[in-house]
Formats: sequence, C-alpha cells, structure tokens
Amino acid sequence: MDWSFYAQELVPALNQGLVKTILLIIPSASIGLLMGIVVGTLRAYGHPLLRKLGDGYAGLFRGTPLVVQLFVLYFGLPNLGIYLEPYTAAVVGFILCTSAYQSEYIRGGLLSIRRGQLLATQALGFSRIQSMLWIILPQAVRRALPGCSNEIVYLIKYSSLAYIITFIELTGEGKILATKYFRFTEVFLAIGLYYLIMVTVADFGLKKLEKRLYIPGFGKG
Amino acid sequence: MTITENGPVLRAENISKVLGGKQILKGVSFTLKKGELKVLIGPSGGGKSTLLQCINFLIPPDEGQIYLDGEEIHIHRKRDLYAYRQKVGMIFQDFNLFDHLNALENVSIALRKVKKIARKEALERAMIELERVGIGDKANLYPAQLSGGQKQRVSIARALAMDPEVMLLDEPTSALDPELIGEVLAVIRNLAQDGMTMIMATHQIGFIRTLADNILFMQEGEIIEQGPPSELLMAGNATRVQQFCAKMNELYEEPEI
Amino acid sequence: MPEAFLVIKESFPYLLEGAGVTAAAVVGAMFFGLIIGVVLAVLQVYGPRPLGRLAGLYIWFFRGVPVLVLLFLFYFGLFSLIGVNLSAFTSVILVLGMTTGAYQSQIYRGAIESLPYGQLKAARALGMSDWTAIKNIILPQALRLSIPGFSNEYSIILKDSALAFVLGTSEIMARTHFVASRTYQHLPLYVTAGILYFILTWLGVKALRKLEDRVRIPGYSHHQG
Repeated sequence: MDWSFYAQELVPALNQGLVKTILLIIPSASIGLLMGIVVGTLRAYGHPLLRKLGDGYAGLFRGTPLVVQLFVLYFGLPNLGIYLEPYTAAVVGFILCTSAYQSEYIRGGLLSIRRGQLLATQALGFSRIQSMLWIILPQAVRRALPGCSNEIVYLIKYSSLAYIITFIELTGEGKILATKYFRFTEVFLAIGLYYLIMVTVADFGLKKLEKRLYIPGFGKG
Repeated sequence: MTITENGPVLRAENISKVLGGKQILKGVSFTLKKGELKVLIGPSGGGKSTLLQCINFLIPPDEGQIYLDGEEIHIHRKRDLYAYRQKVGMIFQDFNLFDHLNALENVSIALRKVKKIARKEALERAMIELERVGIGDKANLYPAQLSGGQKQRVSIARALAMDPEVMLLDEPTSALDPELIGEVLAVIRNLAQDGMTMIMATHQIGFIRTLADNILFMQEGEIIEQGPPSELLMAGNATRVQQFCAKMNELYEEPEI
Repeated sequence: MPEAFLVIKESFPYLLEGAGVTAAAVVGAMFFGLIIGVVLAVLQVYGPRPLGRLAGLYIWFFRGVPVLVLLFLFYFGLFSLIGVNLSAFTSVILVLGMTTGAYQSQIYRGAIESLPYGQLKAARALGMSDWTAIKNIILPQALRLSIPGFSNEYSIILKDSALAFVLGTSEIMARTHFVASRTYQHLPLYVTAGILYFILTWLGVKALRKLEDRVRIPGYSHHQG
C-alpha cells in the first residue's frame, strides 16, 4: 500500500470537497427546514387556497427525482434566459426539495394534536399566540422531530448530486481523483467513509436532541 | 344543607345556538348565586355540554348574553374575553391535560404564561393545588403516566390555580372507570363545601341528591324543570327529573361517597 | 414553443422505452431488496447475536452512504475487484437492491416486533421449529403489515433509479439527457421526464394498494396486540 497517495492526494482532496459539501448542507438544511415549517403550517391551518397550493408544491417535489429537479434548474432554466451558477442551482434545488418533505412532517405534527388541547388553552384564557407558542408548537415539534431529523440525514447524502450539475464537492473531488489514478474501490470507500461519519454524527446529535425533548408516554396515544 | 343567600355571580340569558343546522340551545337562561352548586341533568344530546361551552365562549352562542358580577361579556373584545375565561374554570369530560407537560407544569403553565406570575411562585401555587386535590406526590408525572382519576384531579387543580369565581364541570366523571369516580367526586364535594360556585353536568344521581343546591333538567335544548333536589326528587312527585333519575339508577350502580 | 412540442412528440416513444427500462430496474431492485431485507430483519430479531450485529453493520453502511457513491463504488470498483463483469443495468439493480434492502429490513423488523409474542409461543407449542414458525406464522403476518412501508420505499427507489444514468444505463434520465443535449430543449424535456416519474410512482403505489387489499385478512389490522 502506498501511503503517500492517501496522505498527499486523497485526504487533502476529500477534505477540500468536504468543506464544499458542508457549505451545501448548512444553508440547504436550515433554510429548507424553516421553509418547511412555513409551508407545513400553511398546509395545516392556512386558507383553503394556500392549502391546495402547498399540497401541490409538496406533491410535485416529492413525486419527482431530485436529479430531474436539479437538471431543470441548471440545464432547463437557461431555455428561459435564466442562468444559475452550479452552487446556486444546487442549493436552490436542495431547499425546494427538502422543504417539501419537511412540510409533510410539520403538517403531520400539527394535525396530530388533539382539539381538546386547544379547547383547554382557550378555557384557561390563553390568547391565540400564547396557546400556539406554549402548547401547540412544543407538541407539534416533538411529533415532527424524528421525521425532520431523518430528512436532514437524507439531505446530507443527496448533497452528492451537486456533483452531477458540475459543482465539485466531496463526491466530485473523489471522482476526479479516482478516474485520474484509476483507483475506484479505495477512493469511493474513502468517500463513503466521509459520508458515514457525517451521517453518524448528525444522527447522534439529532437523537440526543430527541432524547432531551423526550416525554414519557407522549405521542403514543 | 345550608344555602347561603348571596347575590348572583354568573347569569346566562336567552342563550341560543344552532350547530349543523340543528337548534341545540333554544333560549336558555339561568343564574348562579355565590357558593351555589347547580347540576345540569338530562338525556345526552339535550344540549348540556353545548350550554357549558357557550358560557365561556368555547362555542360562541348565536344569541343571548352572559354576565359575570353584573357585567356583560363581549366576545369581540379579545382582552376581555381572555380575562373572563381566567375567572371561569372549566373541567372537561376527557381532561385535556397538556400532553407534553407534567402534572406540576400543567397546573402552573397558565399562571406563568397567561397571568405572568414568576416561575417560582407559580410552581409553589401549583403544588398547593395538587396537594389540595390529593396528588402532591404525582407532581412530576406526565399525563400518560397518570390514571384517569388522577388526570381529572390534575385538571381540577389546573382550574383552581387560576382562582376562578365560577367553575363549569362538563361530566367530569363520565370518562372514568367506575372505581375511579369516587376520588374525583370527593374532590368536587370538598369544593362545594368550601363554597365554590359551580355548574356541573353529570349523571351521578346520588351525588346530586346530597350536594346539589339546584337541579336544571335539560331536554332538546331547553330547561324544562328546575328546583332544589328536595322538591324535584321527592318520592311521589311525578316530575321528569324523578323519572329520569329512576331510570339512571337502574342503569348504573353508584359508588358511595 | 412549437419546436419544443415537436421534439417531445418525436422523442416520446424513445423516452417511453426508457420508462420501461426504469420500471424493470426498479422492480428488480425491489425484489432483490425484499430478499435481503427479510433476511436482515429475521437475523436482527431472531438470529444469534454476532449475526444480528453484522446485519446492523450492513444496514448502517448502506443507509449512511449516498446512492451515487455506492453506484460508483460497486460498478467501477468492487464488482471488477472480485472479478465479475456486470453490465451497468445489472449493477444498478444490485446496488439499488442492496440499498433498499437495508431500508426494507427496518420495515420488516418493525412489523415482526409489532406482532404479539403469543404467535411464536403458540407455534412452538404445536411443535414447530423456530424456522418453520417464522416462515409460516410470523412472516405471512409481518409482510402483510409491511406493504405500506414497501410502497413508500418503492417511490424512493424509483427516484433514486434516475441516478443510474451516471453509469450509462439507458433509462429515462439518460435518454432525456441524450435528446436534450442534441436539441437544446432542456426544460420541456426534463419536465416530461418528471411527468414520467410521476406516472410511474402513481402506478406502483396504486398496484401495491391493490395488493394490500387482495391479501387483507378480514378483521386483521395493525392495531392488534
């Protein structure tokens, strides 16, 4: 085994790619989640027209492959005279797609809250905002959290698709190196390991958060 | 039994409500005097629950007025409505404890977030109320860890912590297993003896006989009979209440309290 | 855009053929995944501890690595390393199958664990070996309960199959890309591809719902036990 390849070529390249991947994930995951909360709340409580619109949006982005969405943004929009940088196209695509999935979990969380919870807050003299803030949202977030965490883990993995629209991140850096040196197995195993570590760390952190928010018996009824 | 003659606390006038095309309440009126326990009885579907929910506007009445301490409540003034609801405690049939909060937090949350009382004080007050209903030792348990009777007692403590002037009880024992009914009725009995003003829908005939000051018999959205139990339940009086209670007694055996 | 319509009209049969290739790959992958998933689930629930651990490791790996990386790893790397020369199409079926197998195992495991313990006890009491009991009593119940999860997994794998074009499989995406790069009608063509995926999702989900109805046991539901 030649260690210099690993030390001087592979690891530096993958680390560089890793930075790019993280630069993709952080804005996509956070803006995507925020947008998912807005869309999900609209889909649960919004005006019927907005609700339909939100449902259509979620159906569209959940029903088609992410690659197709990215290709529409990167290769398709120029037909309309709109040109996006690879990075912009990737982040916009990820946000649109992940927020569609997140909205599904948020909506489910909100709709699963029993009507009696709202009645009880009203009977105690809570205002609408107080009841949303202290009773409805804390419950909805807990119910939606496992789904939302899962979606974030998915996003970490699917960030690899940015490479297909020529934004060279972790997978892209690896692919270039593997082709150049014709060392596919070891390079792609190494890339896999990078993703495994990211996913495992994220999973661990999110599970920890879930545990902190755990309430005995909650969500089983 | 002593009936203290006091002024009216809560007055409902001419309350009407149509739900789903059906006239559920047809101009119901009644007055609650201070320290009085009024009991609403009658066949299910007769409008008891709707009436109680109209009183604190959980269901806004189509017509009619509600007065607390002589002042009319206007539903459209949000601030007044919230303030009014704080003075009117409500106990639900299915408890409606907040599922994500433990017993102590359930009792203290409205103190802190609605009445803006400091956390420490709110928790102290909540603890006093939990002890008052006999479950101080369950303060740290979550709703899913409590029995039905314990849940209902927490919900009573939650209402009491707000220092209500009046309490509305919507069949507080009808979702409970028979062996748990007694513990909840005992708490309500203590409240009655301490002079709490209450109106309660119930099917517990034995309880009515011994504790109610007044009975309202509701059927098809109207109060068709009212009066003290001594009158309405007296053997030989051919009242609707009398017939209804006889039937209920056949159907259910009641725990002694 | 009359030109766009012309391009779509002319290339539609070609794209539809691609939908056939996509469907074949996905059906193959789902079946392969079913076998892997059942084996992993049974090992995790009933198997000896070391095998259960091994199954856990497999699941961790395939759930943690992007499909795109797995496709590259197996097609360019591992398959040739172990000396087998597989077509891109076969590689796609195997890789997607191994991936969905990891996810499917979680569905089956959940279903098995939701069954009342009395089922296995009763089977043992009749003198069945554990394997006979799992095959004849546990799995027929667990697999029925798993159909909704399987349907979900189908729509995920269908979408993942769009990545197969990086290996040059001539499915929907590869064909769309091919036509688009010659006609420059990217937008209408990719929208068409999106619609084809939409239809395939809908067809599969509908078929699985039919299956669920067909194999339903009267009065049997998820809420038992």
